[in-house]
Amino acid sequence: MSTESLRIVWIYPDLLSTYGDRGNLLILAHRAAARGIPVETYEVRSDQQMPTTADVYLIGGGEDGPQAAAAQRLITDGGLHRAVNQGAAVLAICAGYQLFGHSFFAKGQKCAGLGLLDLYSDRGPTRAVGELRGDIDPRLGLPALTGFENHGGRTHLGPNATPLAKVTAGIGNGDQTEGAWAGKILGTYSHGPALARNPAIADLLLRWSTGADRLAPLDDAWAERLRGERLAAAASPA
Amino acid sequence: MTDGKLPLIAKVATTASKTAAALSRAAGRGDGSVIGGWIGLKIDPDLLAHLSSGRAVALVSGTNGKTTTTRFTAAAIGVLGRVATNSYGANMPTGHTSALAKEGHTPFAVLEVDEHYMAQVIEATRPRVVALLNLSRDQLDRAKEVAMMAQMWKTTLGQHPDIRVVANSDDPMVVWSASSSPQVTWFSAGQRWQDDSFVCPESGHPIERSGGDWWCTGCPLRRPKPQWSVEDEGVIDPRGDWHLVKLQLPGRVNIGNAATALAVAAEFGVRPIEALPRLARVTSIAGRYAQVERDGRNIRLLLAKNPASWLEAFDMAEQAPTLLSINARDPDGMDTSWLYDVDFSPLRDGRPVLITGDRAYDLAVRLQVNQVPFRHVQSFDEALASVPPGRLEVIANYTAFQDIRAELDRVN
Repeated sequence: MSTESLRIVWIYPDLLSTYGDRGNLLILAHRAAARGIPVETYEVRSDQQMPTTADVYLIGGGEDGPQAAAAQRLITDGGLHRAVNQGAAVLAICAGYQLFGHSFFAKGQKCAGLGLLDLYSDRGPTRAVGELRGDIDPRLGLPALTGFENHGGRTHLGPNATPLAKVTAGIGNGDQTEGAWAGKILGTYSHGPALARNPAIADLLLRWSTGADRLAPLDDAWAERLRGERLAAAASPA
Repeated sequence: MTDGKLPLIAKVATTASKTAAALSRAAGRGDGSVIGGWIGLKIDPDLLAHLSSGRAVALVSGTNGKTTTTRFTAAAIGVLGRVATNSYGANMPTGHTSALAKEGHTPFAVLEVDEHYMAQVIEATRPRVVALLNLSRDQLDRAKEVAMMAQMWKTTLGQHPDIRVVANSDDPMVVWSASSSPQVTWFSAGQRWQDDSFVCPESGHPIERSGGDWWCTGCPLRRPKPQWSVEDEGVIDPRGDWHLVKLQLPGRVNIGNAATALAVAAEFGVRPIEALPRLARVTSIAGRYAQVERDGRNIRLLLAKNPASWLEAFDMAEQAPTLLSINARDPDGMDTSWLYDVDFSPLRDGRPVLITGDRAYDLAVRLQVNQVPFRHVQSFDEALASVPPGRLEVIANYTAFQDIRAELDRVN
């Protein structure tokens, strides 16, 4: 952490908050506070300047128009690039995940992305809608990924990004992989929201941003029940 | 047109439709409000147009409040004569066809229309008036994007300049949709949920709000001056007269729905003073707001389908034991992420909170983060047994609501 408290930025809730994306902010802040880590949260709207010194940046899902507007605005602003270069952690969901790549498609047009993840997205033959499940890259040491996906894109990773997970149910990136990670940036198609269904990912972001090797365990009985139910639901054909 | 003037195929289709609906009800399979229309339309694909011909039709659409506003509007226009209406919330062409077939010839029809079907239903029914309530997020995994829906409405209304549009001046998406129509009556019914209209649909610039007013910072789109508005417990009409609105349905949102109904009815020549006593007699609609006595508990049913309507339900619910039930079946939308768009903290007032439904675990995790204490119950009966005699508020989303309504013998 660069200051005494953990600073979390939610990027452009006015544009990218279609899929309960506030949930990721609430859960991350809740899990930090439960460990006694002081938290400051910032909801930065698209007409505001992007802070460059926060510890964690969250970006959510949204419709085509707002996605393209958010990418353009973030490129012009430049603050997020500086934050990432200074080592901030990022969780990017769905449309937010796509715009972290080199390019993506919105409203039938190819749009420039931030280029902070080595990947690009195009349109798939069908819309991917349903339960998503995957085995997360073992180097991250996390349990299975569970989420709900709803996107028309297919994402292709370059050599400098690693798939977040190997798909065991659902579509994800479209090539049996799902999401991507590089450094402290995580991208995924999972809604749910992702951190509600995958509290271990929230804790990974907290460890990355605080430098702590381990965090005190929390009572995750309800989250575990939810995970058990959704992982099983993804296994059976819809 | 009377039934006698219907084309033969429409007569056959109407009879088959009524029979199927009656069979469905007799078999206890449902209200019979969809199956009849489905069969009728199979026999005569133009049946809805045939049945609409000769009636003065009003359509009511929007994300929230459709069913209640339709019921209020039908009650108000009832001042003038018989009204056919789809009062069970079956709001697609099958439901419209069933409703018109069942009522036989009536001079008037008031139909609730699913937002997605507006173009098709306008073509078939040639309405005199279309009421647009609001547009917000609903059923994340399948509903059209809010902006796309607004565009669809705008295009359709632009093609039908003869239709009088009655539209909510407080919702920027609705105002933009109605802007293609040359004849709009504006009502102000408030907009509790603003997260889907931060950005102007015309220019993409931010929308500013202050008090009840709003305007786009990048183009001329702004809140039109409403002819009808809600003030205190009443409605102000276009002449500036204030009318007390006494309802049996709870909440400020229903005063807004009543204002909308009065505005629509006025386009047919009904005066508020004639309509208001009829609105006061509406008790519940397809179980919504219904109160049921069972085992000494007074159970009240509140339907909450999406973030905007959850906020309204919290506004109506008394500080009493509250059961929340969440499903994520097809009609509900299968993505439960929206639970995080709802702030459940109004329930953090010491009342016992019970949770149930197919997706109770999603709700459990949500409430934990929201610091709302709760208890999980496996069934509606277990919920009943675990609260003391007195009021039990039940707030449920669509299929969860239907499940509980079935437990209560399909209460209307």
